[in-house]
Amino acid sequence: MRKSPPITEASRGFTFTRRTLLVGGGQMLVGAALAARMGYISIIDNDRYVLESESNRVNLTLVPPRRGWIVDRNGKALANNRVSLRIDIIPDRLHNRDLVLGQLKTLLRLDGDAMERIERDLKAASGFQPVAVKEDLSEADYAAILVRLPDLPGIAPQRGFARYYPTWAAVGHLIGYVGTPNAEEYQKARDPLYITPGYKIGKDGLEKYFQPMLKGKPGARRVEVTARGKVVRDLSTQADIQGQTVHLTIDADLQEYAARRMGRESGAAVVIDCLNGDILAFISMPCFDPNSFSDGISTSEYAWLRADDHQPLINKATRGLYPPGSTLKPMAAIAAVEHGVDPSERHTCVGGYRLGNRFFRCLGTHGSLDMPSAIMKSCNSYFYWLAHRLGYDAIAPTAKLLGLGEEFQLAGSNQRYGTIPDSAWKMRRYHQSWSASDSLNAVIGQGYVSVNPLQLAVMTARIASGRRLYPRLINRQFANEPLPFSPEALAVARLGMDLVVNGAGTAVRSRLPLDGIKMAGKTGTAQVRGLASGSRGQGGAWKYRDHGLFVCFAPVDNPRYAASVVIEHGMGGSRAAAPVAKDIFTFLYDRQKAMDALEAFEAGWGGTIKDRMDRDYAAWKAGASMGPDPETAP
Amino acid sequence: MIPVPPAVQRVPWKLIALLSAITGFGLLVLYSAAGGNWSPWAWQQGVRFLIFLGAALVVGRFPLRIFEDFAYIGYIGVLILLIAVEILGFVGGGAQRWLNLGFMNLQPSELMKVAIVLALARFYTQLPPGETRGWTALWPALLLLGLPAALVMLQPDLGTTLAICASAVVVMFVAGLPFWWFGGAALAGAAALPVLFSMLHDYQQKRVLIFLDPESDPLGAGYHISQSKIAIGSGGISGKGFLNGSQSHLDYLPEGHTDFIFATMAEEWGLIGGLALLFGFFLLLRWSTRVALKARTRFGQLTATGMTMTIFFYIAINLMMVMGLAPVVGIPLPLFSYGGSSMLTIMTCVGIVLAIENDSKTGTRRFH
Repeated sequence: MRKSPPITEASRGFTFTRRTLLVGGGQMLVGAALAARMGYISIIDNDRYVLESESNRVNLTLVPPRRGWIVDRNGKALANNRVSLRIDIIPDRLHNRDLVLGQLKTLLRLDGDAMERIERDLKAASGFQPVAVKEDLSEADYAAILVRLPDLPGIAPQRGFARYYPTWAAVGHLIGYVGTPNAEEYQKARDPLYITPGYKIGKDGLEKYFQPMLKGKPGARRVEVTARGKVVRDLSTQADIQGQTVHLTIDADLQEYAARRMGRESGAAVVIDCLNGDILAFISMPCFDPNSFSDGISTSEYAWLRADDHQPLINKATRGLYPPGSTLKPMAAIAAVEHGVDPSERHTCVGGYRLGNRFFRCLGTHGSLDMPSAIMKSCNSYFYWLAHRLGYDAIAPTAKLLGLGEEFQLAGSNQRYGTIPDSAWKMRRYHQSWSASDSLNAVIGQGYVSVNPLQLAVMTARIASGRRLYPRLINRQFANEPLPFSPEALAVARLGMDLVVNGAGTAVRSRLPLDGIKMAGKTGTAQVRGLASGSRGQGGAWKYRDHGLFVCFAPVDNPRYAASVVIEHGMGGSRAAAPVAKDIFTFLYDRQKAMDALEAFEAGWGGTIKDRMDRDYAAWKAGASMGPDPETAP
Repeated sequence: MIPVPPAVQRVPWKLIALLSAITGFGLLVLYSAAGGNWSPWAWQQGVRFLIFLGAALVVGRFPLRIFEDFAYIGYIGVLILLIAVEILGFVGGGAQRWLNLGFMNLQPSELMKVAIVLALARFYTQLPPGETRGWTALWPALLLLGLPAALVMLQPDLGTTLAICASAVVVMFVAGLPFWWFGGAALAGAAALPVLFSMLHDYQQKRVLIFLDPESDPLGAGYHISQSKIAIGSGGISGKGFLNGSQSHLDYLPEGHTDFIFATMAEEWGLIGGLALLFGFFLLLRWSTRVALKARTRFGQLTATGMTMTIFFYIAINLMMVMGLAPVVGIPLPLFSYGGSSMLTIMTCVGIVLAIENDSKTGTRRFH
């Protein structure tokens, strides 16, 4: 410590003055620093803070866009929108949570499941992200909420739109359905709209395929809000832009008629316009109600659909694979003529065909037949003889040219395209060489052959038109070039099919009840169990019965429409499938006559599709609630 | 020329004008913060200011001798009140900072800010000049400071503790204690910072941490600082205009009429309003510093410097807090923030400084 002079009052006063000035100077420095800091915040950082202040003040709410319609060829709606009244919660504005939730529970009669979901969503949600309470309220419930709104802070009633399918279950597999986006879809899209209540995206079928066209542009509402979320005033509102309309080639009336005509059967039907490949009807029945899916299907309804052995959740028109049976015989006839077989050459059916030491049975003993009459009678012996003579490798290319085994570029469909076998395929698949008996089985549409109903319809349309028609659901341009078949070959196939219905064939009972318009067709009966099992699949348990198939076109002389009908376990093409095809074609020319026939049938079946579905579901629910295992209850 | 009577001349008109200008500006901000209403804040604040101003002018007429004589007694009285608050808080459970006197809630820690300055000034006035650099100059002062500081810290009230310490240290500094003592104490304090930090309450620690990184908790405790900066920054140079502050009017700014009133003001009046207010405070502090320099007695010198520091500390910490330069410690802006306690303290300080000024006009300078 250094030596310092003695401290006097004078020097102490001097020290005081000096140090006071030092303190004052320090204070001024701090003051200057504060002024500089304020200048920095309010001048240099001004832009940033203005932005932050605005984003505090202004709250942007997205208004989900109205979804585009899906309409048929005549502009009739297959999917449109209906007004839906809904109630949401804005978590940030929910102050007395228990009280408000309690009120909602009473007013809207929410059950435990719904309350649990709301609680869960509220926990996961943040800030202004609305949480759905209930959709599709009745006007009365909506009004009940509206009048109590001042006592229910945080509740946001909204008049929105919901998807509606006017023809109910008739279009389920074709159109698909919409649903609330799930977490993965949101992660992928990163679109805030995806977590806006009431917004739905296409989940299946055409709704999914055309999502980009159908979705539209969201509207927005800018409001000034307080920190507690109270809306002070509206700043601006921008209307939403509805999604584009998707025009299908479908004929809505025919679609609905065909769906109804399928009755209680499980199966598929496809109708194609022979002029351009337009798909006019695309049916797989039974079907789920897309309205239920779009509104958020209940667990029990979903369980009911899953438990049904008629498989309403599978689109059988594209995903159902069936042995086509005799429906491929006209195709085989074309292949034979193309390979030089004279259609007038006769073969005698003795009730079967001997191949080495095996005897392949025919369903009858048809005697001497030429090619058209072999088609008419659906004689197996004749085609065994052809197949043995030509080999299936000569027939398979024709099958493929007619669209069998082909996967089509078809909007929104997910196809299983089956198999048209040949020797190369068998070698690849089983490492075995092709045998003559494989050819015999394949030519009558059994064995390795499997096709879907769409392919059958395309095949028929191609035979009928002579052109390589490509099926389409929307207006796309295809070449549809002529098939490389001789007119004679096609004529033989058409003549055979004409005789099936209008001659002495297997479907004479399904002639069109119309003057001047005749239908040509070919029945098919596909075995579910092998012939060896004894029973011919004509009785017994439903799931072991034979499938009934029918392909047809009309009018015979100038084909306009082609169709395929598959009735699962219908026991026979002429018995189950042909009558359905007959009524569908009748509808195309004479609606009243067809409707009369349908109404008579529906009276026997127990009402329209919706009536039956509602009743079956109610019965299932009653059974499921009592039965020990809901999966097997019905 | 109209003769001005001496009684009127003796009234410190300039000071009254300055105080009224600062407070009046504050009233406008309170009016706006209430959404364009004189109630509940502006009207009450205005009345309170008039009462306290009157009281300060009366206090300013007191002979300085009285403050010197009663410095220790006053200090002991306030100390007892602090202990009483502590005991009441202990009995009642939980922290307590005020005594309910029926007509108002008295915060003894606010009174201590004044009492500690008076007591220390008295102590250093009595201390013989030769002892200034000795041990005897330090330990009684540390005792005088340590007891109340510890009691207030126990409440716990970090902001007030710091205010008491700051004023006391400044009095000790201008009293002439060796320079290196302060430097050494500052170094020791910096070294002991981690230990002190660990002694803080959880919520105080959190405030400090969030001050260091406000964005770490934008919706929690960092919310105050973030929103305050948004309010000041979005005001820009000329502000959004009177009654147009969205941050304060839409409740994004917490405590917009008390601790964060500067942000409320800056949003509507911008940088111009902020600099004007800073200039007002500068004039006030310049006045009290001048009084200290011109004081007739040593007691007056030390007291005026201490009071200046007390006022300055309020202003500096509050402004640093709202601009994100200091943790949220809950110190109001003098004369501006709504609230009685801080105004009581400030006006007491102003009254005592006024008494010192009057004293220096009456007689010759003496320093003992």
